[in-house]
Amino acid sequence: MRKLLIYLKDYTKESILAPLFKMLEAILELFVPLVVAYMIDWGIGYENKTLVMQLVLALVGLAAVGLICSITAQYFAAKAAVGFATNLRQALFHHIQNLSFTEMDTAGTSTLITRMTSDMNQVQSGVNMTLRLFLRSPFIVFGAMIMAFTVDVKAAMIFVVTIPVLFVVVFAIILISIPLYKKVQASLDAVLGATRENLTGARVIRAFNKEEEEQENFRAKNDVLTRIQKFVGKFSGLMNPVTYIIINGATVILIWTGALRVESGALTQGAVVALVNYMAQILVELIKFANLVVTMTKALACANRIESVFEIEPTKVLTRQQTAAAAKDTAAKMAEQNEHAPVVEFRDVCLTYKNAGAESLTNLNFRVNRGQTVGIIGGTGSGKSSLVNLIPRFYRATKGQVLLEGVDIDDYPLDTLRDMVGVVLQKAILFKGTIRENLQWGRENATDEELMEALTIAQAKEFVDKKEEGLDAFVDQGGKNLSGGQKQRLTIARAVIKKPEILILDDSASALDFATDARLRRAIRDMEDAPTVFIVSQRAATVQFADLILVLDDGCIAGSGTHEELMASCEVYREIYNSQIHAAKGVAAHA
Amino acid sequence: MPNTKKAKNRADRKDTLKKVLQRIKPYWPLVTLSILAALVTVAATLYVPVLIGNAVDRILEPGKVDFTAIWRILTQIGVVVLITAFFQWVMNISNNRITYHVVRDMRQEAFDKIEILPLKFIDAHSYGEIVSRVIADVDIFADGLLMGFTQLFTGLITIAGTLVIMLTVNVTITLVVVCITPLSLFVASFIAKRTFSMFKVQSETRGEQTAFIDEMIGNQKVVQAFGQEEKVEERFCEINDRLQECSLQAVFYSSLVNPSTRFVNSVVYAGVGLAGALAAIGGTLSVGQLTCLLSYATQYTKPFNEISGVVTELQNALACANRIFELIEEEPQIPDAPDAVHDLQADGSVELEHVYFSYVPDRKLIEDFNLEVKPGQRIAIVGPTGCGKTTIINLLMRFYDVNKGTIAVNDTDIRHMTRHNLRENYGMVLQETWLKAGTIRDNITMGKPGATDEEVLEAAKATHAHSFIKRLPQGYDTFIAEDGGSLSQGQKQLLCITRVMLCKPPMLILDEATSSIDTRTELHIQNAFARLMEGRTSFIVAHRLSTIQEADKILVMRDGNIMEQGNHEELLQANGFYAELYNSQFAI
Repeated sequence: MRKLLIYLKDYTKESILAPLFKMLEAILELFVPLVVAYMIDWGIGYENKTLVMQLVLALVGLAAVGLICSITAQYFAAKAAVGFATNLRQALFHHIQNLSFTEMDTAGTSTLITRMTSDMNQVQSGVNMTLRLFLRSPFIVFGAMIMAFTVDVKAAMIFVVTIPVLFVVVFAIILISIPLYKKVQASLDAVLGATRENLTGARVIRAFNKEEEEQENFRAKNDVLTRIQKFVGKFSGLMNPVTYIIINGATVILIWTGALRVESGALTQGAVVALVNYMAQILVELIKFANLVVTMTKALACANRIESVFEIEPTKVLTRQQTAAAAKDTAAKMAEQNEHAPVVEFRDVCLTYKNAGAESLTNLNFRVNRGQTVGIIGGTGSGKSSLVNLIPRFYRATKGQVLLEGVDIDDYPLDTLRDMVGVVLQKAILFKGTIRENLQWGRENATDEELMEALTIAQAKEFVDKKEEGLDAFVDQGGKNLSGGQKQRLTIARAVIKKPEILILDDSASALDFATDARLRRAIRDMEDAPTVFIVSQRAATVQFADLILVLDDGCIAGSGTHEELMASCEVYREIYNSQIHAAKGVAAHA
Repeated sequence: MPNTKKAKNRADRKDTLKKVLQRIKPYWPLVTLSILAALVTVAATLYVPVLIGNAVDRILEPGKVDFTAIWRILTQIGVVVLITAFFQWVMNISNNRITYHVVRDMRQEAFDKIEILPLKFIDAHSYGEIVSRVIADVDIFADGLLMGFTQLFTGLITIAGTLVIMLTVNVTITLVVVCITPLSLFVASFIAKRTFSMFKVQSETRGEQTAFIDEMIGNQKVVQAFGQEEKVEERFCEINDRLQECSLQAVFYSSLVNPSTRFVNSVVYAGVGLAGALAAIGGTLSVGQLTCLLSYATQYTKPFNEISGVVTELQNALACANRIFELIEEEPQIPDAPDAVHDLQADGSVELEHVYFSYVPDRKLIEDFNLEVKPGQRIAIVGPTGCGKTTIINLLMRFYDVNKGTIAVNDTDIRHMTRHNLRENYGMVLQETWLKAGTIRDNITMGKPGATDEEVLEAAKATHAHSFIKRLPQGYDTFIAEDGGSLSQGQKQLLCITRVMLCKPPMLILDEATSSIDTRTELHIQNAFARLMEGRTSFIVAHRLSTIQEADKILVMRDGNIMEQGNHEELLQANGFYAELYNSQFAI
């Protein structure tokens, strides 16, 4: 929680003023028993009606000023709490945006979402309540004690003993509940995960007739959540009864002592009433405080969860804003090497995923020249995607160096690097918005002509043209209103519009038929300033005409060269090629 | 007009409240216990000040202190306090139980509904929005409900109790209290009415933000690949700022209730003080009675204060409950007829007769589609991307119902079969692989939960998934996160195929089933598939002509229509759209 408090900084003024005004209100409240005692002893005692009237007016006056203070405090508290949550949410979102693929893989999406939403709301109301009440309650409690001292020192000693006991009890309950609330949120994560999973997998679950089983699964998770919630409830439910016993016990002792003191002539009846009233005020305050403690413990548990997201360090500190000096350095190096350096070079590159036992890529070495087309082919899990993921630095090589135009990619500011590389991922993902908005992810200020040109290259023009709204046709979340192939072609267009120096197609034409696939490749090759292209594919026909074909087998390069060279030298490649092309040609000849 | 709208709103809220009460009903023993405990607690709490007042009256001045009486009263206080504390705890626990059970039931209901909602609904709503209903809304509802239970009950009982006691002490002063207090309710409802709309705006904005977070964080990789972090943050910031604004309003204005009602209470307190002091001077009231009345005045007004707070909270809770009920009451898919066939063993014959279908009524898609499939035939569905091939699968599996015409399996209309029966006869591998969080084994045995280890191993070997699975840290017991976690697309697809391989259903649907698998592995899988497909009817959506040309029948689709039907040779001879597609394979 402590680390999160910096987000309250913008609202320092508010977060000091809110409790301050609350305290002012509390002071006014503390005067009430005094006024009443005065009224009993002097007003009633001496039958002075005007004094009674004056004192009643004083009570109303106190209440009115109290109201103003309180409203001011509420305003500042609301402003600080909402502002705090806003800042925190923004910061957390920013932080998550900067997490690399490795950290996203480990953290998991659904828990990040709960933390951004449900946890965040709990923290907001926690801060709000705390600012409003947290200072007020102890203040009233101690204030009541001090006031008791002004009435009678000996009787006040009862307060001195009672209050620490109360605090011990309250804090013990807080300390026990915090870890329990954390568990509650964790079970909530599980429930959320199950819900999400059943939405994304609705088709498969139904195809396998798993609806009932999934309902059972959910029931189990739901029950775990309920059980832990009830368990926490039992603890926090102790708060009120226990404090009630302590306070009333103290009151009993107070009356007895009061009786003795009155008998000895040291106190008046009105003073005893005042003392009892102060004790009652403490009770009222503690009941409020108990409710606050529940909110606060929840908020603290949630704050810890948020904090733990902040604690996930992005692997590379040198993220988006690289230091100016380093950028200059890179620029100089780039200028120097640009001319003759290969566009992409891998030097003894290895990659081991976090928490993975074995290397996914082992000692890769190759060079690619400007404008070349590189085909990458190989078995499932042979590391094709891993290889291309290294180029835009989605993952960092655990050993060796990846060089872009002669400069280690680690030296590039991430912005520059990702500007140079256009990627089309395996999974075609689009966002809610118009087709135009989706494409503009590639380049913000692209004109309609440029957009249409990219669509033409990506073979998507035809179906976009068919849409009544054209570029302004709406894409649902996740592109649910488009077919797999349409999505793929739009994601390709989105990458092409960037006019990147390097274009990576990670098996991104898998949903395209051969004819479209072929037209797509030709169109890319015919582009003005044609990019260096990496094509990951399963189809030999797709990579066949590449300038350089890398054949991957179990994370190693099993062969590299042109189609002809590989046919002559590479067993693995020959096998792949023959299995596909031969069959197809045979039939063609037959027909 | 605004009046009728308001009336409708109120009716809605009443309706929602009724539904909530229905769900509380099963827990009536707990509710009764809670009410009883509340009664005891309140009665005892109210009795304590009377006792204290009595004690104070025995302390007059030196020489006039009745110690024996005080001692007796103090022990009474002790006993009453212990009883109160116990029942308070009982009440707290019962309330917790009721709330969490009701909420659990509602969450379950919502989830159960998700399982039987037509896919149309799921396809049309963002996941984030539905998730937010099941999680966030239910949570807020729980908070509101709990508060309602703990404070509404005790509050109402306290008000009634204090009234009775005050009346026994002094009638006039009580009347003063009763007349002034409703002011606080008036103030509270005045504020609540104005804040309700602010809360609505707040929860809508929150929903919008959740959907945005779900979309962007869910697809973070793409965001990063395009260096859109800043842009996305900007958009987030915009929503966030709006949320800040409306939250501030909602939070601030609703927090006015408390100070305002407290002010009213203070006025009541002063009023009691005035009337009481004057009565005391007149000699009709003792000082002890005045103390007692003053403390009851506070006790009496406090619940008004709390209830007004609860009312805003409850309104918010009801708004959330309403969103949950909307989901729960969403029209489910047409249930299976009671006399629907449930034990059909498909022989693999499928017949589509005059089938009409479209997702949106005004956009025609499939029209008058006829197809006869004999047992064991292989049907390939081909066509350019986006021509509606997956639609056929939606219909065959009855994810969607046809608008007109019939689809029959073994001459039985699939609408006269249970969905369970229909789907267990199909094995489906979709292009978009989906795996659940769980072990590899859990995922493979999805279609056949009782499968032995040998069967699993055999299926995995047949699909060549075994070779990568055995290299995972815990082999078949390796836990994979939601959506397959770090597995590659191809590996995920292998698992999906293994899943079907294990069940050996009489009919297969393969949607681009091998698009992410390298051809070498695919070749092996094809062999396995070939064995699997032997004697089984299969529908294959594929782009690879090598897979297609062996089909018994090829459906060539374009724009949702079936352009051509026939086998490879026939279609090439026809020299139509298929021939064009086929020839383009080599045109590079």
